[in-house]
Amino acid sequence: MKLLKLVPDNTNIRFLRWRVPFYVISLVLMAASLTLVLTRGLNLGVDFVGGQMIRVTFQNSASAPVGELRGTVGKLGYGDPIIQQFGKPNEISIRMKLPEGSDADAGLAAQMATKITAAIKQDHPDARIDGVDSVSGKVSGELFRTGMQALIAAMIAISIYIWVRFEWQFGVGALFSLLHDVTLTLGLFAATQMEFDLNIVAALLTLIGYSLNDTIVVYDRIRENLKKFRRMPLPELLDLSVNETLSRTIVTSLSMLITLFALLVLGPGVIFGFTAAITLGIFVGTYSSIYMAAPILIWLKVNSQSFVPTETTMDRQEKLARERG
Amino acid sequence: MLDFPRWKQIWLWLLTLTICAAALPSLSAVSGLAWSSVLPAPKINLGLDLAGGSHILLEADPAQVSRQRLESMEESVRGQLSKAEPKIRIGDISTKDGSLNFMVEDPAQLDAVRDQVLPLTTGAGLTGQRDWDIKMVDGSRIVMTPTPEGIALAVTQAMDTATEVVRKRIDALGTREPTIIRQGADRIVVQVPGLKDPAALKSLLGQTAKLEFKLVDGTASPTDIAQGIAPPGSEIVPFAAQQPGQAVSSIAVRRLGGIKGDALTNAQQSYEQQTNQPVVSITFDQQGGAKFAKLTTENVGKPFAIILDGKVLSAPNINEPIMGGSAQISGSFTVASANQLAIALRSGALPVDLKVVEERTVGPDLGADSIRKGMIAMLIGTTALMAFMLVTYGRFGVYTCSALILNTLMILGVMAVANTTLTLPGIAGFVLTIGAAVDANVLINERIREERARGRRVVQAVEVGYREARSAIFDGNITNIIAALLMFMFGSGPIKGFAVVLIIGIATSVFTAVTLTRMWVAGWLRRARPSELVL
Repeated sequence: MKLLKLVPDNTNIRFLRWRVPFYVISLVLMAASLTLVLTRGLNLGVDFVGGQMIRVTFQNSASAPVGELRGTVGKLGYGDPIIQQFGKPNEISIRMKLPEGSDADAGLAAQMATKITAAIKQDHPDARIDGVDSVSGKVSGELFRTGMQALIAAMIAISIYIWVRFEWQFGVGALFSLLHDVTLTLGLFAATQMEFDLNIVAALLTLIGYSLNDTIVVYDRIRENLKKFRRMPLPELLDLSVNETLSRTIVTSLSMLITLFALLVLGPGVIFGFTAAITLGIFVGTYSSIYMAAPILIWLKVNSQSFVPTETTMDRQEKLARERG
Repeated sequence: MLDFPRWKQIWLWLLTLTICAAALPSLSAVSGLAWSSVLPAPKINLGLDLAGGSHILLEADPAQVSRQRLESMEESVRGQLSKAEPKIRIGDISTKDGSLNFMVEDPAQLDAVRDQVLPLTTGAGLTGQRDWDIKMVDGSRIVMTPTPEGIALAVTQAMDTATEVVRKRIDALGTREPTIIRQGADRIVVQVPGLKDPAALKSLLGQTAKLEFKLVDGTASPTDIAQGIAPPGSEIVPFAAQQPGQAVSSIAVRRLGGIKGDALTNAQQSYEQQTNQPVVSITFDQQGGAKFAKLTTENVGKPFAIILDGKVLSAPNINEPIMGGSAQISGSFTVASANQLAIALRSGALPVDLKVVEERTVGPDLGADSIRKGMIAMLIGTTALMAFMLVTYGRFGVYTCSALILNTLMILGVMAVANTTLTLPGIAGFVLTIGAAVDANVLINERIREERARGRRVVQAVEVGYREARSAIFDGNITNIIAALLMFMFGSGPIKGFAVVLIIGIATSVFTAVTLTRMWVAGWLRRARPSELVL
């Protein structure tokens, strides 16, 4: 039986030869992402800015009367709604942010949802309300704050863990590659103006975890090789480590992508943005664990003295084997 | 490393199968098989986003509680001092800036007044503070200010009562298994699964149902009312709008000396006999009935206003004294709105206005659709992934796939036993966990490949593979757990459900992907003693 081998044995791709150009490209992309987020801004969902979103299915018609709805809802005096199709043409979401300067009235978001629902039901008896989300200004502020706190706390906690388990250089490398992943994902959300809501924060937290999984596998091998080959120049050693783990990196990323694509294409439309963010994160995370997390160790001057050499039976066998061979 | 004594194998299988068995009731329930009811609980709860239902967050305004306390203190002080012997006269009473401030006309009586109002305050907090702070100012004035402890206590009490009232109202709607929880100082979370009409629930919870009967102040001139100027001792109250957005007129009513609607024993929707309009019939308790009789007897021929939540419903003339202790409230109701008011009055007024500050409602159809699509995506994704593992790792792929299937069952089993809730992001968590769970096997299998390529013998390669992959698997899973724990701490309901699946999945996947596959591989190596590995 011949098994599938995506990556041939003993590859020797000199990944780190291009570390400077790739770093420049990544830094430029990060800067561009930040600029986009700051200038164009994220399309924040009602979770984070307050307002309401309802999902309606028009059961007796093939497609939703979007134009007419825009008028009906617009007449209620809260401003213009954002109407989007999700799923079939007769399934739409009507999103409306809180009007400016309405912070005083805590119940306004709920009122908006109630009135819009009533207005639609009056005109269209076949309208089925599939979902109502309403969030007041105060609550949305809290949700945004806790979401950001969770994100930052996760990045710092994970980096500290890496620092404790490895060395400080690895902790810095992990933190930097996480910043890279999160910034690029945010940049994509700013560029496409996909809706950024609570689910996306959860997606970011997830991709932080998984992106770091990749980084750890590479780091773990680097640590092992640092102990094994004390004399090898660092760039060469990093290349060796990346090459040795390359097959695993490809197979695992592909495994994740297989399941994620199934979810993206066949899964519920409600969590499309969530799945899309994680899928993108897998690509970015795999790239960053090779090109962001590893080269930084060269610049931070990691060497074999970073790890107190502990000679195990394995090492001794290894050494004997080398001496003999 | 590859040594698995018989007792250890039996123990591992027992553990695996027990946890998997716990998943069966939930699995059969999801697949909708007829015999699912035969199997015993526990089953996994479906979150509101899958089962359909409403999550409503209500918030009270603590400032309103303080305002109400000032008003009732003003009434208590007046009542207390009017009974005093010798007579005490006070004036220039105001409730501005959060304090009750009044002048005692005879400064010599200041200490006596202080002794009179002191019993109106009570202890608050654990360190002996009182709920009101009484100060004598300028030798002739008394200023009563609620202490922070007093306000905190009042808010807590108001929220306790409000939670009870909310519970009564939801029970009156006849919904099944509602969850009502106090959150923080001034919030209540209400979760009601499978609700047909969340709008009705929202408007019922949003109705304070503070009913008051107050005498109309006939001395106020219409122009003053229009400008919002009330005669001394009176206040301006607007009429309730018949239609939303309609301009409404107002009326002046006496601030004090009315009757509050909390003295009711019953409230029922009924019809007005002559016009057949829907009305709400109320019955006072004994004390309230006596007060109502006194008020109507003393004011025959004068109008009085029926005020609900600060809006005048109607202001009929008192044609004759009402002695029976029951009355009708009219005011352009529909049957539904009269019914709602009756429920609200029966369950008691909310001590403080509650506003809906967050709502998440998912219709049952969308929820069912989400489950179906999520399950399909999971099945197809898993099948494709298993095929990929089989063609990549052959025999070791079979072990990986077996671990995968057991892992899925074990996650469900642990979730059922721990009584956790499966949400829509939780389903995504499942799919992700499955993708990530194979990572441990990929690490191990790749390492075994590598060790073989370096020329190690089969048994040694497997042993080194499992040992050397361990630290990366461990560290990788710890970082995932850190992220998932933070999600659980900071996240809201559906996200918490996602984090739960991730955390359980990480734990079970390490068990199935490392421990179980190692047992299987070890067994195969012992039986077959292969000299070559196809990997």
